[in-house]
Amino acid sequence: MPSRRPLARRARPVIGFSVIVLLLLMAWEGAKWVAGDPWRFESFLGTGIAINHTPPFRLTPFNDINLPHVWWIVEEFASVDARGTTTLAVLVGAGLFTLRNAAVGFAIGAVVGLGLAIVIVHVRFLERSLVPLLVVSQTIPIIAIAPLIVIGLRADWLGVAAVTSYLTFFPVTIAAIRGLRAFDPRAHELMTSYAADRRTVLWKLRLPSSTAYLFTAFKIAATGSIVGAIVGELPSGMSQGLARQILTGMQYYTLGPSYLWAAIVIASALGIGAFVLVTLVERWVLRDARPAESGAEA
Amino acid sequence: MTDTVIRSTGSPAGGPVVQLVDVSKVFGGSAGRVEALSAIDLSIASGEFVSLIGPSGCGKSTLLRIVGDLIPATDGTVTVNGKPARDARLDRDYGMVFQAPVLFDWRTVQKNVELPLEILRRPKPEREAKAQAMLELVELGSFADHRPWQLSGGMQQRVAIARALALDPAILLMDEPFGALDEMTRERMNLELLRIWDRTGTTVIFVTHSIPEAVFLSTRVVVMSARPGRITDVIEIDLPRDRNVETREMDRYFELVTRVREALRSGEGGSADASASARVRAEGLSA
Amino acid sequence: MSVAVTTPSGRSAAARIGSGLRDWVPAAAVLVGFLVVWQLVVSIFQIKQFILPGPIAIAEAWQEDLPALWAATTYTLSEIITGLVLGVSAGLLVGVLTARFATARESLMPFAIAANSVPILAFAPVFNNWFGVANPLSKAMVAAVLCFFPVMINTVRGLTSVQPAALELMRSYAAGQLEVFRRVRVPNALPFIFTALRLSTTLATIGAIVGEYFAAPRSSLGQYIATASGFLNFERSWAAIVFAAAIGIGLYVLVVALERLVMPWYGSRDEVT
Repeated sequence: MPSRRPLARRARPVIGFSVIVLLLLMAWEGAKWVAGDPWRFESFLGTGIAINHTPPFRLTPFNDINLPHVWWIVEEFASVDARGTTTLAVLVGAGLFTLRNAAVGFAIGAVVGLGLAIVIVHVRFLERSLVPLLVVSQTIPIIAIAPLIVIGLRADWLGVAAVTSYLTFFPVTIAAIRGLRAFDPRAHELMTSYAADRRTVLWKLRLPSSTAYLFTAFKIAATGSIVGAIVGELPSGMSQGLARQILTGMQYYTLGPSYLWAAIVIASALGIGAFVLVTLVERWVLRDARPAESGAEA
Repeated sequence: MTDTVIRSTGSPAGGPVVQLVDVSKVFGGSAGRVEALSAIDLSIASGEFVSLIGPSGCGKSTLLRIVGDLIPATDGTVTVNGKPARDARLDRDYGMVFQAPVLFDWRTVQKNVELPLEILRRPKPEREAKAQAMLELVELGSFADHRPWQLSGGMQQRVAIARALALDPAILLMDEPFGALDEMTRERMNLELLRIWDRTGTTVIFVTHSIPEAVFLSTRVVVMSARPGRITDVIEIDLPRDRNVETREMDRYFELVTRVREALRSGEGGSADASASARVRAEGLSA
Repeated sequence: MSVAVTTPSGRSAAARIGSGLRDWVPAAAVLVGFLVVWQLVVSIFQIKQFILPGPIAIAEAWQEDLPALWAATTYTLSEIITGLVLGVSAGLLVGVLTARFATARESLMPFAIAANSVPILAFAPVFNNWFGVANPLSKAMVAAVLCFFPVMINTVRGLTSVQPAALELMRSYAAGQLEVFRRVRVPNALPFIFTALRLSTTLATIGAIVGEYFAAPRSSLGQYIATASGFLNFERSWAAIVFAAAIGIGLYVLVVALERLVMPWYGSRDEVT
């Protein structure tokens, strides 16, 4: 029976993460307390307490434009626009739009990547010619091409899907090639002794051996898809996605910096959420696998 | 080849090099208490070759690590080279060889042997000379510039032995060093080890699973029982010192192997009487 | 006495480079073939330069606008290198400190892993505000933050994933913490760190260029690409992308060369090949 780590231990990374976030927020406000713009609140957060504090120093990076108060950002989520929708609703809607694009790209990229890896592993010539190219092309800043593809293809969603699938496909292919080769040679001998054909070997040996590698790549690809989706949306003028929101926040920054920050919070949540999702799926898929050796713990 | 005899610094005049008095070890932890060792009494004199043999889980490796102060004893006293175990470790009085060679991939064979000398900040010419001498001793002198992965398993273990001897330790602790090797290589390594032991005069404590190996190598074989580990028997090996391939075919050899085997089997019953008489015999050699 | 022993590599450096180059022949062949087919397809089917100019058209655009391209490239390159230096050194420093203290590890590592999945590029506008759009530091910071987390995470992993037997060995030598760090942990960590360094070159390049898409001086690669694309001048966009790719590949090759220098023992154990 595989042992389940006690809940307290599994919660540790979450606690650790929250502690750091808390410390960062405290540092944020602390910096403003020491060197930001004057704090003048008649009723601080509605508590009725008046705060009237002038920081001893004055540094531009910590002023109210560059570093708005944390609670202002929180309030921004609740604020309502001309049509009566909250910022939160707007941003979440935009986030879901971007997420959908990212997910589609991720799915396509993963399937294509895995398929290509399977072909490469079985055809020797392709292995020798394509693999070095793949490795090299990983160094090319593919995202930089995104605007081109998106404008060139004209259909915006297609461009974004192309970009995100491309970003997914690379890490998945490289990881899959490694994974498909990473089986125990003795297990392969066993399969040969059963006169198993290549397809059987693929399904019963190579693919199961490669799950660990694949999931590592999926985590990278998940993050990459989100970024790729946002970057792909940038030049396309698509109004429904997060990129538009970020650009809006940028334009109105000096009037109200909180909007941009709120959009960034949602984008961050998207990225972290995608990562956590893949991690959870991985935990479930690999739930009965042999525990990894100590040290390389994510 | 210069035939330098490297004598190690022996124990203070006359006294045992290693003395364990009523040593026990209990592992705590979430899984509950595990009594690994119980009431171990053992005395080892300078220049002896003592094997610890017993079924899996009898605590022989634990005992070895207690002597080396890699883990602390729960009870009892451990005296190594006339000092508490911890001081002996800090003074680097012993060298250790594990079941895996534990060589550093990023160092050449020679630099691996130099490791303890570097830690002691010996000057470079001295380090290099010593490392080369040790490699000659284990007959790997021409492989000084190779990388560990280029050597076979047996050769890697020889490098580990060379490294363990680099500081001229009084004691050599060996934890199933040949366990991962095939039988033929193992027998060859046994001969090697005896040759080295003869040259250096180091006291050796040797943990093993293999009865033939224990009998072939040792001056005394300490038989241990399963958890909690106790010494159930100590068997004198009175084979001639000059051991070689023919020793393995002597009648006396087979008799001793059988004796050890029987001691192991009866040890599985684990009687208090056996432990008591073993204790007497274990202490019989102390001054 | 024993078998299976290989001698230390007796081949000359020239021979080794020669065989290394030979490995690339099939790949180069495929690449050249691809370029030829591309050009043929464009010419034969008269595909509008609109979407996909042929390689020859791109080469021409490159030649025409070289001064502007070059200026943009050097500007962006300065951002990338600044970002790399800042991000990698900070990552190494924090990594070493985090590895040292277990309590720091338990909180910082999960944070770093989560932060690594945040689309850092979304912060580009903020950096623009903090440092000024015209200041290359604003994009360099994007690059730096992108590099920081992978370097830090890998440094911690490399320093802490030492085999326990090696630690026991050092303990038997009564070696102090600093000795263990120097002789065991650091060499063990080098492969991990170099993996992160390779990744960082790509990340820094992306960070700088995409950061520039948000807002940057005209004479920067990101803006060049965006503007050219906006005017549907795709040959110019692709010409600039060639430069961007060259930067990415060039930096990567530098790191690989450094890796061979620092870790001559490593060999090609970890490669895909």
